[in-house]
Amino acid sequence: MTAAADTSRVGLVVVSHSDMLANGVAELAAQMAPDVSVQPVGGTEEGGLGTDYGAVVEALADADSGAGVVVLYDLGSAKMTAEMAVESADDPSRYAVVDAPLVEGAVAAAVAAQGGASLADVAATAEGAAGETTPATTPNRPSLHLVQGAVSAEVLLTNEVGLHARPAALLARTVAELDADVVVRYGAEEANAASVLALMGLSAPGGKSITVVATGKDAEEAVRRIEELAARGFDD
Amino acid sequence: MGCTAADVVAALRAAATVVQEHRDELVRLDQAIGDADHGENLKRGFTAVLSRLDADPPDTPAKVLKLVATTLISTVGGAAGPLYGTAFLRASAAVGDATELDCPAVARALQAALDGVVARGKAVVGDKTMVDALTPAVTAAACADGSVAAALSAAADAAAEGASSTVPMVARKGRASYLGERSAGHMDPGARSTALLLRAFADAAAEA
Repeated sequence: MTAAADTSRVGLVVVSHSDMLANGVAELAAQMAPDVSVQPVGGTEEGGLGTDYGAVVEALADADSGAGVVVLYDLGSAKMTAEMAVESADDPSRYAVVDAPLVEGAVAAAVAAQGGASLADVAATAEGAAGETTPATTPNRPSLHLVQGAVSAEVLLTNEVGLHARPAALLARTVAELDADVVVRYGAEEANAASVLALMGLSAPGGKSITVVATGKDAEEAVRRIEELAARGFDD
Repeated sequence: MGCTAADVVAALRAAATVVQEHRDELVRLDQAIGDADHGENLKRGFTAVLSRLDADPPDTPAKVLKLVATTLISTVGGAAGPLYGTAFLRASAAVGDATELDCPAVARALQAALDGVVARGKAVVGDKTMVDALTPAVTAAACADGSVAAALSAAADAAAEGASSTVPMVARKGRASYLGERSAGHMDPGARSTALLLRAFADAAAEA
């Protein structure tokens, strides 16, 4: 049991009043994160709109592979049901009910979980997703171009859709595995490569080039992998 | 003098009947400013409560209240499930393992129920929620002459007034809050059901 905990990832539970909505959000999030357990739970036991406390309790257990679970919800009563389910758990600290935009939060959390982030970090990523749909221009932070030892490269987006959802998730995942801080620039805008939403917010289309700037121990490897990913057309 | 487990069960039977009778009214109220499911959800919840009480009647008031809580939590489906569930759960914890509840114990249970609802839903008086009915009820449930029936009757009257006070309010919590100003002019369904339940409890206590 404890041996598995070393490699386990934070799981996600999507609590919605609607079964279809829960499943749709989970589908979208899981596409970004093949190794993360994303459990949808929506609707009442009879198949109507509402939340089913017992089903939420089960989903929490199903999603937990040892690293904890982040719980997202759609409306207020789904939040209350989720909180009650967490309180009833043996160890409530293994679960975090987050106040996040459902779709963006689930996608961002799934990518963070795929990269091996901790429960607290996955929760924070989901909660931070509200402000990330447009990339920050970060006027207060010196550009990584100026940082000593930064590695940078112009990377042509050879795939048709450019940095769309799936390619952005692939890029973010690639970076998450490495010990490197990576920034992607397109035009005047800049995005943290760890954030799939920020990457998508760059709206970098196919046929254009992005600038990748990396620092840290694995900076060179990060740039190399992103170049390789782009050259393969993000496997599109 | 006090309420035994059987008295609490009788009060819940009365509550289930009242919920059944007012199902359509609660649906109508919820249709105006919510998702139109409050009457049906409560009816389903209390029907399940009755069948579980019949199947295995608990032997202390606290156990009865806890069974009500867990049943409502798992069967109601809407916001009323976690809210009423928390209310009954806290009430259960507040009365301990006493075999009979005297008036102060009932008052304690009501206070605990209110605290639970506030903790769960984060609503305050004036938000147009069940808190607007339950808060004045708790204040009114004084045990002047030690009569549970009198205390509950005063609580029920205050809750009814509190429910009426929600009519002009603009909702700040729950589904109705999405309507903004348009939520004014309608009674909050949760406040109404709270007043109905307390009236049913009071009437049952008067008959006991």
